[in-house]
Amino acid sequence: MKFTKRNLWLLIGLALLILAPIGQGRYIVYTLTSWLVFSIAAMGLNLTLGYAGQISLAQSAFMAVGAYITALLTLNGIHWIVAMPIAVLSSFVLGLLIGFPALRVKGHFLAFVTLAFTTLVFLVLRNEDWLTGGPYGLSGMPRPDFGLFNTGKNINFYYFTVFIFVIFSLLMYQIVRSPWGRAFKGLRENEIRAESLGVNTRRITLLAFAIGSAAGGLAGSLMTPLVQFIEPGSFALLHSLRILLMVIVGGAGFFFGPVVGAGVVIMLPEVLRFTEGYYLMIYAVTVVVLIIFCPKGLVGLGEIISRKILKRKEVRKDFEQGAKL
Amino acid sequence: MTHPLLSVRSVSKRFGNIQAVNDVSFDVQQGEILGLIGPNGSGKSTLFNCLLGQYQPDSGSVALKGSNITGKSPSELNLLGIGRTFQQLSVFPEMTVIDNVILAGQEHSGSMISRLFGSPDAGLTEAAEKLIGFFKISHLRDEPAGSLSYGQQKLLDAAMAFMAEPSLVLLDEPAGGVNLTMLGNLKERLQAFNSEFGTTFVVIEHNMEFVMSLCSRIIVLAEGSVIAEGTPEEIRSNQTVIDAYLGA
Repeated sequence: MKFTKRNLWLLIGLALLILAPIGQGRYIVYTLTSWLVFSIAAMGLNLTLGYAGQISLAQSAFMAVGAYITALLTLNGIHWIVAMPIAVLSSFVLGLLIGFPALRVKGHFLAFVTLAFTTLVFLVLRNEDWLTGGPYGLSGMPRPDFGLFNTGKNINFYYFTVFIFVIFSLLMYQIVRSPWGRAFKGLRENEIRAESLGVNTRRITLLAFAIGSAAGGLAGSLMTPLVQFIEPGSFALLHSLRILLMVIVGGAGFFFGPVVGAGVVIMLPEVLRFTEGYYLMIYAVTVVVLIIFCPKGLVGLGEIISRKILKRKEVRKDFEQGAKL
Repeated sequence: MTHPLLSVRSVSKRFGNIQAVNDVSFDVQQGEILGLIGPNGSGKSTLFNCLLGQYQPDSGSVALKGSNITGKSPSELNLLGIGRTFQQLSVFPEMTVIDNVILAGQEHSGSMISRLFGSPDAGLTEAAEKLIGFFKISHLRDEPAGSLSYGQQKLLDAAMAFMAEPSLVLLDEPAGGVNLTMLGNLKERLQAFNSEFGTTFVVIEHNMEFVMSLCSRIIVLAEGSVIAEGTPEEIRSNQTVIDAYLGA
């Protein structure tokens, strides 16, 4: 592997992830873990939204699927390492099943279809008490024990999550830089042209959606042992909107955009807590300002600044793009 | 019996009250460069889109080497060996030039699974570099396609149409907005493909000089119907064509 500037940044990032929780209290460690879990969910949505250009409001529903399946299996004595792939695969298959009819519609219409799905999942979780515990949810799920390494302690669970996050990021990176990733981007930038070049747009959109859903399932599968208590409210529509916010604030279509976005969405309320009653207002105004002044998100803003300084290449805006019939 | 490469039979397409294409039939022979001309609104682009699966014709059929391809999707038709360019600029602006060209070929290479786990360029970098060299845009290899000039984007669009080594390429106004030098360059490239690889072309174009010098046969459309067909010389002297263009 060539040692490039990018690899150096990645190493610094990894070092920061490792050093971050040292000497911190329980709550900070919990918040950091939660950030990584939501980063996974948001990176999944980024594949659907940022790369393939489809708006989905179902990410929290897929997290719910992953979380509940993991919870039910681990409560019945099955190890997390077995439960997790089942949860991820179920989310993937469910993504395919929902996506197949839903992706007949695009843009805002798809947003509504996925919104309905999230509501449906919420209702099932709340009403099917015999399976899901209804509004009281499920609790007491064990954290995975790997013999030499038990994730029972918060700090251990944090490092376990970092490990999963790194593996997940590598897999996502492989997808994004593969011909599939190129096809996803082609679909977002110019669907008609992509289709005329042999890209099966329906199939590739469906796959982007299903892979994004599987990432939601993985995040849910980590959520269960992290919180050790899940209830339908943790996966309501509001959380789909939060994940969407993470992708947009961080920068849709940028690989690590959602990680930055998840950091802002999760940490900002904590940082602003000293303002007491005003923090929600400040939080809301900050987000509105951010979206108006940097629609490409924080990573996008960083790129614009570095472009100005380093005189990097830029796409001209004077030609209207797009294949028109 | 040998079939023509493309065979169009009684294709019609109506949009509301407008009969955009009316009972159009023609054949395209292997290796020929066929021009499709006609005044604005004569149905050329609609006909193209009916042939390329973007629209479903209301009636009629299209066959490629004798097998019916009516109703196939644009991506299926591409995989069968039909390439196209668009009237408007039609590149992937945020991707580099080389990535644009690789995307144009990758769906023809390997399986779905190998495209996920195989090399990021699907083994196509060399072929793509050769092609952009052929269209004289090699120096723009790593630029985002959206930063190219209009004419350069037109050349890139054409290069993309050739990446999958199609047997038939449909070009929708390739010369529109392209300067004279580049136009000569483009014509030269198309003729080279035609003579070296036997690529067949159907070209929609308003630039008469370009069409007359490039095509061996020309079909003229007016108000959705074929009004004339023949060699460039025959078309030039055809009174119906002159009337249609002058609006007499």
